[in-house]
Parts: sequence; C-alpha cells; structure tokens
Amino acid sequence: MASLKELRNRIASVKSTQKITKAMQMVAAAKLRRAQDAAEAARPYAERMAAVMANLSTSLKDAPGASPLLVGTGKDDVRMLVVMTADRGLCGGFNTNIARKARERIVKLQGEGKTVKIVAVGKKSFDALKRLYADKIVQRFELGGGKDVGAPKAAQIGQWIREQFAEGAFDTLEVISSEFVSVISQKPRAQTLIPAMDAIPEDVERPDLGGAVYEYEPDEESILDVLLPRYVDTVILSSLLENAAGEMGARMAAMDNATRNAGELIDKLNLVYNRTRQAKITTELTEIISGAEAL
Amino acid sequence: MADKLHFDLVSPEQRLFEGEVDMVVVPGEEGEFGVLPGHAPLMSAIRMGAIAVHDGGQVTRTFIRGGFAEVTPDGLSVLAEEAIDLATFDASGLDAEIQNAREDISAAKEDHEREHAEAALARLEALRDAARAA
Repeated sequence: MASLKELRNRIASVKSTQKITKAMQMVAAAKLRRAQDAAEAARPYAERMAAVMANLSTSLKDAPGASPLLVGTGKDDVRMLVVMTADRGLCGGFNTNIARKARERIVKLQGEGKTVKIVAVGKKSFDALKRLYADKIVQRFELGGGKDVGAPKAAQIGQWIREQFAEGAFDTLEVISSEFVSVISQKPRAQTLIPAMDAIPEDVERPDLGGAVYEYEPDEESILDVLLPRYVDTVILSSLLENAAGEMGARMAAMDNATRNAGELIDKLNLVYNRTRQAKITTELTEIISGAEAL
Repeated sequence: MADKLHFDLVSPEQRLFEGEVDMVVVPGEEGEFGVLPGHAPLMSAIRMGAIAVHDGGQVTRTFIRGGFAEVTPDGLSVLAEEAIDLATFDASGLDAEIQNAREDISAAKEDHEREHAEAALARLEALRDAARAA
C-alpha cells in the first residue's frame, strides 16, 4: 500500500490535470462558437457559388474545349488526395479518424491500380501519414495552430493545386476532411473536387428563371474561367472552416471526458487515502493499548 | 415588393449585405451597369471598383474585387472575393502604400514577383480611385 504522502501527491497531481482539462474544455467551447459562426458566415457564398456552377456546367460541359478543371483530363490515373486535419492534437479521435479514412482511400485507390499523391494540410495529417506514405506526400501546408484558417490560406492551397493541375501532375483530386454533423459528432468524408463537374451536388437549388435565359457578360466561357479557380478555393475554404469547427467540437468532448475521468479518479484516490489514514490510526491505537496492557 | 430589388453581397468569409434596395450599380467586366427591380437574368464578371447601392435617395459605396454578379428574378447576388466599405475606409495611408507597391515592382527580380506586385498596385490604385469618387 502506498504511503500517505505518496497518495497526497497523487491526488494533487490529478487535481491539477483536471484543472487543465477543464480549462481546455472551456477554451474549446468558446472557440467552437467562433468557428461555427465562421463556417456559418461562409455558407451563403459557397451556396451561391455551387448554384452558379451547376447552371453553367450543365450548359457547358459538352462544349468542345471545356476547361479540364471542369470536365477532367479524360483519364483517372493519378489521383491527388488533400488530407485535411487539425494542427493540434488532444481532440479525441478527430485527427485519427481522418487519417484512417485517408489510409482506406489510399489502399482502395492503389488496389484499382491508380497512382496516389498526397497533400498534407494540417500538422497532424503529415504526422499520421509520413510513416506509411512518406514517398507519396508531395506537399504540406500548416495552419499555424488553427490561426491561419481562412480565405488567404485557402487561396494559397488552391493556387498550388491549380498550378500542379496545369502542369499535369494529377488527373483528379479529392479532399478528405471532416464533416461537421453536430458538436459531438464529426464524420470523416472524401469529396471529389476535380473534375468540378462531378463535385457539384445533385440537389443544388437552381434559381427559377421563369423560362428566361441568362445573358452572359462577357460570355459563358470567360465567366467559367473566372469561376472555376474560385470554386476550388471556396471548397477548400469551407472544408477548412468545417474542419476547424469539428476540431473544437471534438476537443470539447474529449476534454469533458477527461475532466470527468479525473474527477472519478480523485474520488477513488480520496477513498484510498482516507482508508489508509484510518488504518494507520487504528494500528497506532492498538499499539498504544497493547503497550499499556503489557505494563 | 415589386418596386424594390433584393440585393445580396457575399464574400467567402461573410455575408456583407442582404436586403431590399432601389438600385445597384455594378462595375461589370464590360462596363458599369445598373440593376433595377425586374432586370433580365444576367451573369457578369466583375472588375475591381466601387459598387453603388442606391436606396431612398442615399448611395452606399463599397469597393469590391474579383467575383461576379448574378441577376435572377429573385434579385441580384454579388459574390466578391474582397469587399471594403468606403464610408468607413481611411484612404490617408493609400498613397504611401501605392508608392511602396511601385518600389516593389521595380525591385522585383523574378517574373512572378513582379506579377504579384503589379496585381497589388492595380488593386491599390483601383481602391484609391473608388475612395476619391466617394
């Protein structure tokens, strides 16, 4: 049995751990709100963008000379995977789940005989994949511990992707990130981004023009040329924002658990501590009494 | 409300304006155009410049960069990459920034550096012109 001093130290250390996890939980809760607001604020733009893309792409995808960003390169040999995680850990299974999803996709794609390249966005994504797939990681982006999540970062990643695509480094691209289902539930998902034609959700709301047709200024092709790069950035941005919100949700849940576990541990240790103290007092008393009797 | 135009201004990070207005003048790729209620469906790319929102005799001007405008029977939506409210914008530091951008261009050694600096200068100059006109 541990000595009383050891037990006291143990209890003190668990208590301070509990304080830390409690603080982290509260910080995560505050940040979650902000991240959710940011994700919410970005939604109208993404929705409008998707609607316009849907409109344009249906009328243009069969046109000769359509942009490869839209219709693809005509083959699907090299697939780029953008694996997006958080920069930081201590958020439960959040990063691990995304990394697992990524590994599943890689194994599946390789089974189909495709070449896979990886872009690691977020520190943890690189950390999780470097052991198995170090030779496949062609680029990595970090998020400054979550501070850099925003339009400039999305534009930087998008720009790099477009340059690589223009050089023919890959044929198709998908983004593996976390879907923010609710505060306590995040689901890893893989979504196609290039070719953009396959990326547009079926259920996009199209405006009712009442039989009229759009006039285009300057023309459909040039608008699409402007639009496609932005579309890439927008999808990257909304994935980043959704990920940030998911990360905070996951951290909040994980830290809540940790705080509760620490509380249980403290209760148990306190019990052991008090029992040990009692036992010690009883032993001392018995010793004194039997000593007195012996006289 | 048939006599009012529903106008939406959104940037990637937030919705900047949503509401009913009288008229909006949009800096289109091929020249400025005004959108009144009941405008025909139109989709246009946007150049850098000020978008003017007319409502109740008042004009609110916002500098926008990059994006496009879409007119549907439901109204006008403008998707801009960047938007700066000119009413609260402080233009005093702009001239110095423009000077800096010019120096960056002459100091640039590589092509992409120069392109980058030129884009920055074009943005600043457009912003200055828009701020002056306000």
